[in-house]
Amino acid sequence: MSQAEVIGSRRSPLWTFGLLRSELTTTFRRWRTLALLGVLAAVPVLVGIAVKIETSDSSSLGGGGGGEGPAFITQITNNGLFLVFTALAATLPFFLPMAIGVVAGDAIAGEANAGTLRYLLVAPAGRTRLLLTKYATTLAFCLAATLVVAVSALTVGALLFPLGDLTTISGTRISFAEGLARALLIALVVAASLIGVAALGLFVSTLTNSGIAAMATTVGLLITVQILDQIPQLHAIQPYFFSHYWLSFADLMREPVYWDDLIRNLGLQALYAIVFGSAAWARFTTKDITA
Amino acid sequence: MAPYESDDTTAVADADELRAARRRKAARYVVPAAVLGVAAGTIGLVPAIADSGSPDLPEITAQQLIEKIAASDVQQLSGTVKISTDLGLPDLGGLESELMSGATPSGGEGSSADPSAKLTELASGTHTLRVAADGPDKQKLSLLEDAAEYSLIHNGKDVWGYDSASNEVYHGTATEGAEQREGEVPATPQELAEEALKAVDDTTSVTVDGTAQVAGRDAYKLVIEPKQSGSTVGAISVAVDAKTGLPLKFTLTPASGGAAVVDAGFTQISFAKPAASTFDFTPPKGAKVTEEGSVDAPEHSQQPKEEDFAKGLDGLNVIGEGWTSVAVIDSGAEGMPSDAKRGDMGDAGAMGSFLGSLGDEVTGKFGSGTVFKTRLVNALITDDGKVYVGAVTKDALVKAADSGK
Repeated sequence: MSQAEVIGSRRSPLWTFGLLRSELTTTFRRWRTLALLGVLAAVPVLVGIAVKIETSDSSSLGGGGGGEGPAFITQITNNGLFLVFTALAATLPFFLPMAIGVVAGDAIAGEANAGTLRYLLVAPAGRTRLLLTKYATTLAFCLAATLVVAVSALTVGALLFPLGDLTTISGTRISFAEGLARALLIALVVAASLIGVAALGLFVSTLTNSGIAAMATTVGLLITVQILDQIPQLHAIQPYFFSHYWLSFADLMREPVYWDDLIRNLGLQALYAIVFGSAAWARFTTKDITA
Repeated sequence: MAPYESDDTTAVADADELRAARRRKAARYVVPAAVLGVAAGTIGLVPAIADSGSPDLPEITAQQLIEKIAASDVQQLSGTVKISTDLGLPDLGGLESELMSGATPSGGEGSSADPSAKLTELASGTHTLRVAADGPDKQKLSLLEDAAEYSLIHNGKDVWGYDSASNEVYHGTATEGAEQREGEVPATPQELAEEALKAVDDTTSVTVDGTAQVAGRDAYKLVIEPKQSGSTVGAISVAVDAKTGLPLKFTLTPASGGAAVVDAGFTQISFAKPAASTFDFTPPKGAKVTEEGSVDAPEHSQQPKEEDFAKGLDGLNVIGEGWTSVAVIDSGAEGMPSDAKRGDMGDAGAMGSFLGSLGDEVTGKFGSGTVFKTRLVNALITDDGKVYVGAVTKDALVKAADSGK
């Protein structure tokens, strides 16, 4: 047994877990990561305070014009839980993917930049395993970032606004407990929506040895795609943009839930993950590591 | 390849190694490329396979099929409807909504939850609707929007309109008026089919054109075609559920060819009883509720306009019959100024020339005028203020105008 352990230690799943754990602690201990999470946590606070001030003279938000600002914003004053949905809708287009872009872009290129990549590869982990660990860490950050936004929004919403039964966007009523469950589900869907960007960022990260270049490219691609998604003439290719179905998470607030776009979104994210994940693997496992 | 570098490799071995490494490199990129290829193939093929089904159903005559529709007594259903409308109107973007808000009391003071304001949105673009019905007293129609929804709920005495984007509620009481209101814009395939069947007479050919699969159900295809020439309507196709006789899909193709002008059909349907909670509605806390009567206020300011419109309707005449009938509205007002007069009209002239640029100048025995074309309905506005409107070609409009002289 002990002999098997010595020989097999390279391949033991526990070892991979150890690598993942060390990656996770390295990533989440970085000041940069903490600052990103801090900024994300501040967004719901700002939105909540802005809505509170705007409606403090008991006027309704937006003056009845309707439909402006992030989704669900008109409902916040009546139910603080809606701040969770508004905050996610406000951060999903740029803040969240930008944070993911920074972490994913830094994953390989940052190590190469700091000259630590070859030391990582000296450890008997293998490049494929290192890449998988890096991707898992990025996905963990996706989930953490989304949950930070959601929890911060829920806290601010509970402090500033009343809570209680809520009305779905289809006009039916659900209990607060079910509303919370849906909020959690929405947070998970939002986190899953970022899988595509994470894979794209990781692939870009394997292309260069400069962490800054990888981050800038990822965020630049993100902004480009977001802009292209707004141009009506490009409607034929828009369904293939990773960001196209992002706001479909709001469909979870319909009654009954409208699954079509949600499933399309998850399928598209899986496709991006496989295509860019395997491209990253092809690149990283054949790359000359000079730094 | 830092790990491979060592001092004792010969140049030949090095070259071999390099070549092998290059091959290995290239081979790895096959993986993402293959995944991409498979995905593209799947996305391209799956809808094609799904559409290709034409189920085997017993032969049926058009008459029997129409009777089947008439006898259809579906009380309980829920489903998703997709409506695409392409009238070929110029895309005016913001201007369009500007005009809309002027035409309906929804601008500013009115409620954005007012059904008549919302349902006009269906007139262009692609929309997804959800319908649910449980007997004659409970219906729900929801227009799905980005992260928002507009619901029109009829439950017993009450008719609620709820616009989740602005958190506004419209409340009315259901009399016959409620059904009428829903009738204003025929939204479900059944309503659309009934409208089309009203037009069936000796000017029309009605045939059964095979079978199709709609929303996972076997259906007959009923094709209605105008026999007269001069109509812009090419064909109307209605897919009728073989079991229940419920029309599932309605397609109107123009005579000029191309994409359907109106394409409305269920993408998913269930005949199970919808949950009772679907039709329950209590205005959410803090929502702005507009009662049916209170919308009057902004409407008063529109009163003169409506009178004008009513006056216009007094002069309404219909020339021709069936598909090629042309409505003539004698507005009595100064018509569209043609180019010669435009110069000295200031703002109105500018508007006129803007409108004129959208239309075609025509002349005939009736004088001269401007034809505005869409893919389905064409209108001729003559210089002496008469308006000829019909689902007919430009030539047929001119002919109607000539005969009207």
